[in-house]
Amino acid sequence: MIPRHLMIGIAAMLAVALGMSFYAWRMRGRAAQTETPAEYAHPVSAPVQGPTEQVTLYVAYDDPGVLRSQSASIPLPAGRQERAQELLRALLALYLDKSSSHPLGPGAEVRDVYLVDPGLAVIDVNDAFADGHRSGIMAEELTVASLVQTLATGIPGINRVKILVGGRERETLAGHADLSSVYDVSAVGQMVAELQ
Amino acid sequence: MPWSSRPWTHQRCGNRPTQRTALAAIFCLATLFAFVLSVSGFADEKRLSVYSGATGYSLTVREKNGTDYVGLLEVLQPLGSVSSRTDGRSWKLNYNGSESEFTSGKTQARVQGQAFDLPANFLLENGDGLVPLRSVPSLVSRFLWAPVNFHEASRRLFIGNTAIHFTAQVNRTNPPTLVMNFTSAVNPMIATEPGKLRMVFTREPVVPPGSQTLTFDNPAIPSATFQENNGAAEIAVNGPVPLFASFSNDGRTITITPAPQATAHAPAPVAQPAVPAPQALPPGTPQEAVANAVQYFVVVDASHGGEERGAALGDQLAEKDVTLAFAQRLRQQLQARGLTTLMLREGDTTMSLDQRANMTNQARPAIYICLHATSQGSGVRLYTALLPAGAEGRGPFLDWTTAQSGFRAVSQTAETSLATELGKRQVVVRSLLAPLRPLNNITAAALAIEVAPSGGKLADLNSPAYQQLVAESVTAGIEAVRDQLGEKR
Repeated sequence: MIPRHLMIGIAAMLAVALGMSFYAWRMRGRAAQTETPAEYAHPVSAPVQGPTEQVTLYVAYDDPGVLRSQSASIPLPAGRQERAQELLRALLALYLDKSSSHPLGPGAEVRDVYLVDPGLAVIDVNDAFADGHRSGIMAEELTVASLVQTLATGIPGINRVKILVGGRERETLAGHADLSSVYDVSAVGQMVAELQ
Repeated sequence: MPWSSRPWTHQRCGNRPTQRTALAAIFCLATLFAFVLSVSGFADEKRLSVYSGATGYSLTVREKNGTDYVGLLEVLQPLGSVSSRTDGRSWKLNYNGSESEFTSGKTQARVQGQAFDLPANFLLENGDGLVPLRSVPSLVSRFLWAPVNFHEASRRLFIGNTAIHFTAQVNRTNPPTLVMNFTSAVNPMIATEPGKLRMVFTREPVVPPGSQTLTFDNPAIPSATFQENNGAAEIAVNGPVPLFASFSNDGRTITITPAPQATAHAPAPVAQPAVPAPQALPPGTPQEAVANAVQYFVVVDASHGGEERGAALGDQLAEKDVTLAFAQRLRQQLQARGLTTLMLREGDTTMSLDQRANMTNQARPAIYICLHATSQGSGVRLYTALLPAGAEGRGPFLDWTTAQSGFRAVSQTAETSLATELGKRQVVVRSLLAPLRPLNNITAAALAIEVAPSGGKLADLNSPAYQQLVAESVTAGIEAVRDQLGEKR
């Protein structure tokens, strides 16, 4: 004969186990319902912490085919790499605006900027950036010049820039601008001077 | 005994040279035999190639008692986790956790728990288990539980569906190009010899097309043959002139083209009456002189082409078509002024940027003109190369990415001249630097011309009058600096 207090204990434990199973099942169902929609699937950048600073962005204008320097106040973190990323994200925010002077394809973003070797910066843009880019020497040249010059002006010490797409090397941006080589900042400076 | 000693002495003295000669001859023969054996052994080293989805590798086949053998460990090691141990005459093999057992000098074995009969005795040599080559397909199939296909004559073993197929087609361009598209990336060893370009595939499971011989009905590249031998596949492309190969499409496309100097000897196409026909040279003329008999002054490159459409200029208008039409008009103008012109593509052909640069540099023109078209903006934009950060040239060798560096001045001279001529004809013109390949790879004056509609209307791009106006301006610009361009060359 099983003692009464033992039976009560076993029954209580069974009830708790069943209750927890039911709760876990409900929670799982709720998690499935609240899955992130596809349009928000891309990584969200962490909120930028830091004082607002005045920076110079080199903004492309398609219509006359020029590059103009433009001041902007943006919060910049302390680290060089993070500053580089924020600079380019601020530049892209202009291009992704509806009234942009140099529109980029939807979903275009800078995935990362790496400051690897002394003087070498690697800009990694996502596939949407290149896939949605308009094809043409001028349109692509303006994008490259804008990215390189903004980065080199905002982060002192950068003298070479490499652009990757989706973490990989690509031959051209959209059929014209060369992405297989490393850009020399001083040479890009000459190109920018012609585009101003 | 005097009678016996004399003949003996005489015989001994008389036989010395004979014996030495015989010894020397035997030594020489032995050396020669050993050399022939070693050389023939080296040349005829039998190989087995194994191709799986993940890897391709080649093994040495050893001949024992007139039978071909391979080391089973060598076969299985690239395919999974494998170890072995010897226990007397027994050799135990563990492949991915499953044990098999072979016995030296016996044909019976246990593979993956089941009896297996080898066609010849299993051999144990310095701890290495050798199995007859003929048993390898069955053994691999048993170990991997996968279908295998063994090309016995050529000793090529295909595991699963790993074959690489290819298509070959000659484009009737000038020069004609043989475009070979492979279903996966390939990296063959390439060798050229008079009248033939050989591509040997040792690690790639390239399989023959329907026929071993492909004929193209083109005098410059009449045929190609496929053959398999000793663990490798070989495609030999035949042609009466030297051929060279270039890779594109991430190694999945190989384009074979007659060398530009050689194409100069091909009968000039009817559409190019102004190109001087090659002269018949007297016997004994040096080959170099023959090769340089026709030298192109201008190389015109209609950008994009084939699978690469360039910019979509309109619903029905691709950049590659506009550049081709414009290039044909420009060539007509240039040749009318006596400027020999080579067009890199004359049809809808895919060409890599490296291939364009290679062909141009081999043709050694005075100027390279690359044509682009755009629907944005108006007028004509002239671009010279924005040189990337690259290495310095070493001696006679130029860094590929900055090969244009020695020609920037002459490129700018040409650019200024073209801008002047375009301006004279009221065409809006702008001169810029651009990071645009292959300008930076060209060892001659090099310009890119991007043509935009004159009045903002897309139809201008296809307008014969507008194309003619731009072509005349470009031709006049080149002609104006003809001497300076020629000097640099």
